[in-house]
Amino acid sequence: MAVSTVHLDVVSAEDRLFSGNIRSIQVTGSEGELGILPGHTPLLTALKPGMVRVVTEEGEEELFYIAGGVMEVQPETITVLSDTAVRGGDLDEAATEKAIKDAREALAHSSPDLSYAEAAAELSRAIAQLRVLQQLRKRKGK
Amino acid sequence: MAVGKEIKTQIGSINNTQKITSAMEMVAASKMKRAQEQMALSRPYAESIRKVIGHIAQGNLEYRHNWLEDREVKRVGYIIVSTDRGLCGGLNSNEFRKVVRDVQEWQEKDVEVSFAAVGSKASSFFKRLSGSILSQSSGLGDRPKVADVIGTVSVMLKAFEEGELDRIYLVYNKFVNTMTQEPVINQLLPLPKSETAKREHAWDYLYEPDAKSILDTLLRRFIESQVYQGVVENLASEQAARMVAMKAATDNAGDLIDELQLVYNKARQAAITQEISEIVSGAGAV
Repeated sequence: MAVSTVHLDVVSAEDRLFSGNIRSIQVTGSEGELGILPGHTPLLTALKPGMVRVVTEEGEEELFYIAGGVMEVQPETITVLSDTAVRGGDLDEAATEKAIKDAREALAHSSPDLSYAEAAAELSRAIAQLRVLQQLRKRKGK
Repeated sequence: MAVGKEIKTQIGSINNTQKITSAMEMVAASKMKRAQEQMALSRPYAESIRKVIGHIAQGNLEYRHNWLEDREVKRVGYIIVSTDRGLCGGLNSNEFRKVVRDVQEWQEKDVEVSFAAVGSKASSFFKRLSGSILSQSSGLGDRPKVADVIGTVSVMLKAFEEGELDRIYLVYNKFVNTMTQEPVINQLLPLPKSETAKREHAWDYLYEPDAKSILDTLLRRFIESQVYQGVVENLASEQAARMVAMKAATDNAGDLIDELQLVYNKARQAAITQEISEIVSGAGAV
């Protein structure tokens, strides 16, 4: 074992996205881009919707997209707790209102005014996904 | 042969019912498998979060979250996860009975009770039970998403933060195995203290942006994942219960058909015998 590695788990509430040993990981933290190597000091950070770039044990690069979440770093393990959908104050608020509204009128079909919050979240998600695709394409072109 | 014809129609109709129930059984079996897979997939997330929260609780004492503190109980809230559709045996009624018993105990202590219903069976049942229903969501389908429970969860969390609820429980059917599903009532908030809350680590995390907001997010995600896990487990229970109920229905239909077939054969035999004896006696008279 010449190369030092660290165990990474990327999990969401609905799925396990990645599990294995890696050489490094790059993510978009709430305060900026982060690159983590094995043996990092314990760190807990919120993640923005964006790309996760991982270099696996075999030296291969893997990219995937997460919709935000939290990352926990320990010297020997890293855990990325990914959200399953883009979350924001407005959207959560809308979901709350919807649940209450549904309770009040069980048969109501009208939805609250989601359009702006939904569109904004959709946009940030699309941009992040686009970046992943561009990266993938660039690698293929190489 | 008027008698025979009636029985024949009945056999035909039972046969059709049997076809439906056996089809439902097979559908439920395949859906149950998928729900079980989903159950297994959502487990690592909850475990990881619990681990991280444990670390924070041990390593960081500067900030106490009010979700961790017990208050005097004046009002309790139940998040009740039920099915949207029936034909799944006593699954929902067992669950509701357990809740009702629990609620009565609270009411004897003069504690008010509110509900949040997930699934249409729960909302229609607890509407009749004269409790206040704070939120409702239904139509989660066979592949529930975390997004489906966010609304319900945040309604309850908000009520907890504003002091309208002092305790929140989650009720769902725990999937033990295909034959057994057990209704369980788990306390969501305040978070039950873990037994192994002994401080062994001298280290603390670096926090970005800060401990408070991360802990807030994590606790919220943790509650959401608990409720989601409940929803998924309830779904697996629903399919298992439906599978068993439909299997029983199919078997019963089979028994019924056998019995009716016997009656039909007897009636037919009797009719033939009678005809023959009529012919014979008729021939004798000629």
